[in-house]
Amino acid sequence: MPQMNMVQAVNDALRLELKRDPRVVLLGEDIGKVGGVFRVTQDLYKEFGADRVIDTPLSEGGIIGAAIGMALYGMRPVPEIQFSDFIFPAFDQIVSELAKFRYRSGGEFPAKMVIRTPVGGGIRGGHYHSQSPEAYFIHTPGLKVVCPSNPYDAKGLLLSALRDPDPVLFFEPKRVYRAARSEVPEGDYTVPLSQAKVVRPGQHVTVLAWGAMLYEAIEAANQAAAQGIDTEVVDLRTLWPVDIDTIVASVKKTGRVVVVHEAPKTCGFGAELIALINEKAFLHLEAPPVRVTGYDTPFPYTLEMDYLPLAGRILPALIETARY
Amino acid sequence: MQTQFVLDDVVTVLGPDGVADPATDPKLPGETVVRLFKHMLLTRMLDERLVLLQRQGRIGFHIGSLGEEACILGPTAALGDDDWLWPCYREFGALLLRGMPLQTYLDNMYGNANDAVKGRQMPDHYSGRPYKFGSVSSPIGTQMTQAVGFSWAAKMKGDKSVSLVFFGEGATSSSEFHNAMNFAGVYKTPTVFLCRNNGWAISVPAGQQTGSQTFAQKGFAYGVTPVRVDGNDLLAMIKVTRDAIERGRRGEGPTLIEALTHRLSGHSTSDDPKAYRNEAEMAAERAKDPIPRMRAHVVALGLWDDAQEKAWAEQVDADIKRAVETAEKAPAPALHTMFEDVYATQPWHLVEQQAEAERAPRPAGHGGGH
Repeated sequence: MPQMNMVQAVNDALRLELKRDPRVVLLGEDIGKVGGVFRVTQDLYKEFGADRVIDTPLSEGGIIGAAIGMALYGMRPVPEIQFSDFIFPAFDQIVSELAKFRYRSGGEFPAKMVIRTPVGGGIRGGHYHSQSPEAYFIHTPGLKVVCPSNPYDAKGLLLSALRDPDPVLFFEPKRVYRAARSEVPEGDYTVPLSQAKVVRPGQHVTVLAWGAMLYEAIEAANQAAAQGIDTEVVDLRTLWPVDIDTIVASVKKTGRVVVVHEAPKTCGFGAELIALINEKAFLHLEAPPVRVTGYDTPFPYTLEMDYLPLAGRILPALIETARY
Repeated sequence: MQTQFVLDDVVTVLGPDGVADPATDPKLPGETVVRLFKHMLLTRMLDERLVLLQRQGRIGFHIGSLGEEACILGPTAALGDDDWLWPCYREFGALLLRGMPLQTYLDNMYGNANDAVKGRQMPDHYSGRPYKFGSVSSPIGTQMTQAVGFSWAAKMKGDKSVSLVFFGEGATSSSEFHNAMNFAGVYKTPTVFLCRNNGWAISVPAGQQTGSQTFAQKGFAYGVTPVRVDGNDLLAMIKVTRDAIERGRRGEGPTLIEALTHRLSGHSTSDDPKAYRNEAEMAAERAKDPIPRMRAHVVALGLWDDAQEKAWAEQVDADIKRAVETAEKAPAPALHTMFEDVYATQPWHLVEQQAEAERAPRPAGHGGGH
C-alpha cells in the first residue's frame, strides 16, 4: 500500500472523484496551474483542464456564491478557500444561503458542495493564516463540518463528503499536511461521516480532539501513561453532526473528560461537547470536564506555541482530571 | 478613441399616449400584448388586496411591486421556457406569469400547510423550481452571484439557457453586486442583470447609493454590456431583455439593464414613506404609472375596452377571494415539518429536538392559526 501525506491523500480523493463524477468541478484561488498554495490540487489542472479545475478571481464571496449557483444547476462544485481565515467574505453566502437553501425552499433547491479549506496554526502564520473557525459553522443548522487528522481519514472522509447530499465544510489541518504520512489505499474507499474513532483505548480519562491537536493529545496520553494514567483518545473526525454515541460511551467508561481544541475557549466547540456530556452522562462523571484550548485572544505570531494547546498543557489537565 | 463611460440613452418604445415607436417596438402578437396587460392588472389588484389583508392582520407582511409591474413582467415575458429567473423579493407577478397557480402563491402568503416552502419563510419568500424560478431570501444581492454560477454551469454544459436576475439599485452597493458582475465579466456568463432603479432603497434615495451618474455605466468597468431603459414601458423592457438574452445565448456574455422606474408605495407593508417622501414628488411619479400607459396602447390597438377591463377585474377579484378563503382555511404546517429539510436525513440531534418540541405545550396564537 502506498504511503502518502495528507496533501497527496486529498489530491488523490479529488482526482478520483473528478474521474468518477463529471458533475464535479474544483474552483478557487491559485488552484489551477500552480496547484494551490499548499499544492493540494497539484497536476489536476493538467489532467482535467481549465473548465474543471478553475482559477477564479480573488473573491471568496464570489467563489462560494457562484459555486452555489453551480450546485443549484446540478453540478458538484468543490470550492477551495485558500485559508479558512479568509472564509469570512463568503460567510453570508455560506450561512444565509448555502446552509438554508434546502430548508427555505421546502426541499426544492438542495445546494450540495464541499468547501475545502486549510485550518489551524503552528505554521508561523499569525492572525490570518492560523485560525480555527469551525464553531461558527457548527452553530449554523444545515452544515456538516469535518476535520481529518491523518492521510487515510482525509481521503476516505473527503470521498464521503463529496458524495454526501448536504453541504460540508472540510477543514484540512495545515500543520499536518506534510507532517504525517500513513498507508493510504489506492482507489476508492470511504470513511463514513459522523463516526469518531477511538485511537487509543484507555480506562481513566477520555480526551476528545481532532485535526492537528490529536497528535498533541496522543503525546500527552503517552506521557500520562508513565504516571500510571490510562488515557482514552478519541478522534472526532466529523465535528458536526458529532458521533455522540462514541463520546458518551467513552465518558461513561472513564467518568472523566478533557476536550482539546485550537480555537478560542469561549463558545468554542469544546463548550458544546461538555454541555452534551453533562446532558447525557452527568451521573457518570467523576470529575469536572476540562477544556484545554486556544486562549480568548487573537491568534498570535511569535508566541503561537504558547497559545496552542500542546501536549505540555494537556498533560497536567489529564493528571488533574484523572486524580480529581 | 474616445471611450464612453456615461450612458445617456434610455430605450423607450411607448409614448405617454400609448403609441409604440416602430423603430423599437418588439412587435408582439396582439394576444400576447393583451395577456401581458391583463397580467399587469392582476398583479396590481393582487398587490392592493394583499396590502389590505396585511392591514386587517390576516397576513403578516407583503412586499409589493406597485408601479414596477412593467419592469418585472416585461423581462419575465422575454424569457424562453428553458431560461431561469432569480428573484429579489418583489417579483410575485413574475412568478405567476411563469406559471405558479394563484392558490400556491397565496398559500405562501399565509405560510400554511400547502405552502411550497412549508411556512418556513416570511410571506413573499417563495420558491418556484417547477417554473424555473429561484428561492427568495432576504439578504441583499446574494442571488446575483448565484445566478452567475448557475448560468456559468449552463454554459459549461453547453445548455443554451440564460439566467435573468432581479435586484434593486440599492443592491448595487453590496459586495455581491461586485462579485457577481466581476465573475460574469471574466467568464462571459449568459446572465442578464436586471436592476430596477425605483429611486429608493427603503428610505435612502438612489443618489446616496452611488457617485456614478448612472447605475448602468458600472457595467463598463466589468466588461458587462450596459443598457438603460424606461422601466415603466412594458414593451421597452421586453425589447431590451430579449436583446440581452440573445447576446447571452450567442456567447456574447452578460448585460446589465438599468430600468428606470418608481416605487409607488412604501418599501413593504412595514414601511411608512411619509417620513421621507413628499406628496408632490409622488404625484408626479404616479402620473408615469406603467399601467395607464399600457392601457392606452392596447386601447389604441383596438384590443381592449372598458367592458373587457370590467369583466377581467371581476374575474380576478373572484379568483383572489376564492384563493384567500382557501388559504385561510388551510391548517398550519405540522410541527414535525420544522425539523425536516435541514439535512437530507435527520441527524440524531434533530430527532431529539423534534421529540422535545412534540412534548412541549403549543403556544397560543402561533402555529395553530394565522
